[in-house]
Amino acid sequence: MSHQSTYEPKTGIEKWLDSRLPIVRLGYDSFVDFPTPRNLNYWYTFGGILAVFLVIQILSGVVLAMHYVPHVDHAFDSVERIRRDVNYGWLIQSMHANGASFFFVAVYLHMFRGLYYGSYKAPREVLWIIGVVIYLLMMAAAFMGYVLPWGQMSYWGATVITNLVGALPVVGEGIREWLWGDFAVGNATLNRFFSLHYLIPFLIAGLVILHIWALHVPGNNNPTGVEVKGKGDTLPFHPYYTVKDGFAIVVFLMIFAGFVFYLPSVLGHADNSIEANPLVTPAHIVPEWYFLPFYAILRAVTFDIGPISAKLGGVLAMFGAIGVLFVLPWLDRSPVKSMRYRPIAKWCFLIFVIACLGLGWCGAENPDNLVFEFGGIGMPFVVLSQILTAYYFAYFLVILPVLGFVEKPKERPESIEASVLGSSPAAAPAE
Amino acid sequence: MTDHTTEEPTRRDFIYIAAGGAAAIGGALTIWPFIHQMNPAADTLALGSIRKDISSLGVGQEITVMFRGGPVFIRRRTEAEIAEARAVELDRLPDDLARNENLPDNASASDANRVLNPEYLIVKGNCTHLGCVPVGNGAGDYDGWFCPCHGSHYDASARIRRGPAPENLPVPTYIFENDGAVVKLGATSDEVAAAGWSVA
Repeated sequence: MSHQSTYEPKTGIEKWLDSRLPIVRLGYDSFVDFPTPRNLNYWYTFGGILAVFLVIQILSGVVLAMHYVPHVDHAFDSVERIRRDVNYGWLIQSMHANGASFFFVAVYLHMFRGLYYGSYKAPREVLWIIGVVIYLLMMAAAFMGYVLPWGQMSYWGATVITNLVGALPVVGEGIREWLWGDFAVGNATLNRFFSLHYLIPFLIAGLVILHIWALHVPGNNNPTGVEVKGKGDTLPFHPYYTVKDGFAIVVFLMIFAGFVFYLPSVLGHADNSIEANPLVTPAHIVPEWYFLPFYAILRAVTFDIGPISAKLGGVLAMFGAIGVLFVLPWLDRSPVKSMRYRPIAKWCFLIFVIACLGLGWCGAENPDNLVFEFGGIGMPFVVLSQILTAYYFAYFLVILPVLGFVEKPKERPESIEASVLGSSPAAAPAE
Repeated sequence: MTDHTTEEPTRRDFIYIAAGGAAAIGGALTIWPFIHQMNPAADTLALGSIRKDISSLGVGQEITVMFRGGPVFIRRRTEAEIAEARAVELDRLPDDLARNENLPDNASASDANRVLNPEYLIVKGNCTHLGCVPVGNGAGDYDGWFCPCHGSHYDASARIRRGPAPENLPVPTYIFENDGAVVKLGATSDEVAAAGWSVA
């Protein structure tokens, strides 16, 4: 870690352990006396919330795996059995299914926070990239987890998404059969998805350690985007941020509990209460809500682009929407991190958030339905998705690169301490 | 560490390259079984063919059968449907290939190249866009099938006419047996050759 260790082992056993495996020192320096900017707001509590949800998902998932049967003839019934007959199965299944949704709520807020305060910029590019990898793994885990109950949406969602691979020229069909282990989504597919669904959370846990390591080398960004300059800019993580994070975690868990107990199935799809049937496609296949914006981008490409078919173009756009995040640190040319001091970028960011929400709306609707309908005349949803998709990519590929050169940033505070206490570090009294 | 600058390969160079080569080849040989295990297993591949009695199928009726984990549509077409499918000019088709596993890959998408007996249209029932099962019985704007997922329209010969799907619904290998009363899906190449399949 980048700061000087302040841990002093006091008892004999602590000294003995510290000279052999300094694990208590690591914990103390990382989560007790870690210097943290004094101005972090509640948007900075989602990292801790995400850590809690990773633990919730792993613990509840391990329990569910004790009762779940990964076979096409038994999977659906075994999940129903968990919900009806297994002791407290209704509770643990609800925690796991709703936990996935809340995991994504937290990760999206965490990512928007990073985008707004410029947390992806130097020297935190690697921190950001590890975060995007974690997000990709979360999506893989969520997708495969949704297949396991083997309902109609499980089956057809898996069919649609694995068929995307078939859009790749030449190798696409071979890779698709390789993923399926069959000529269609079947028992082989269900088995391997279960295996990988169990594996991925542990990969995520490993990457979270790297993520925290990469966070603790430069230290936290903060709402001003001004780097820590002196001792007056920081507070020890404990008790200041253990308490703040703890409070946010409790509030978030209360909302979570509301869903777990009172609305356990509201975030799911009714069609997933019907067992998978390869001969009948549901009238309207939709993914879970957290994938809807990307589903809308996939469907927004309805035209061929040169040699690229509409189908392949949609797949490329969907993966490109996440891929662009990897290079974001080099696309945004502005030296100013926080959008508090970027008068134009701030509004472009707000529109970006609205565009993401709008894409989610489009993803849930039939593309040919009309939006803003007035007297039978309106715009099909597919056109709205195309407009919003264009803005999504323009934000990263045009707006942020160009604003770096043309935008005149507002004056920034000279330090974090000055921004909080309204005085310069020299004038601040010693604590 | 040495200060002589000979170009001659030394024993050490040889050992270095040999060890690296052995590690690379050994690594590839080790990884391959772990990749290939995910491909369809022998018993999956062995589920080659099924027979279906179609003698009770009336004109204008359609059935869906399971074949290799997915649906196959068998439709006994009306005279009007056959005439409509045959009247389509080929340059109006987004996909101008027959997509018929019984014929060479370059066969054109004429209706004659899509059927063995014009009365029976037999195609795999997964939309070529993303694999949903289209709705049949004359659905869609072209009197064939309509895929509700993303709005692909197929005509009376199950050829793609409009929407995001890139290809016509493929025709699996099949032959008729018992004077046309039974269809065998997943016919061998010898059976296909003997059944009278030919490019029109």
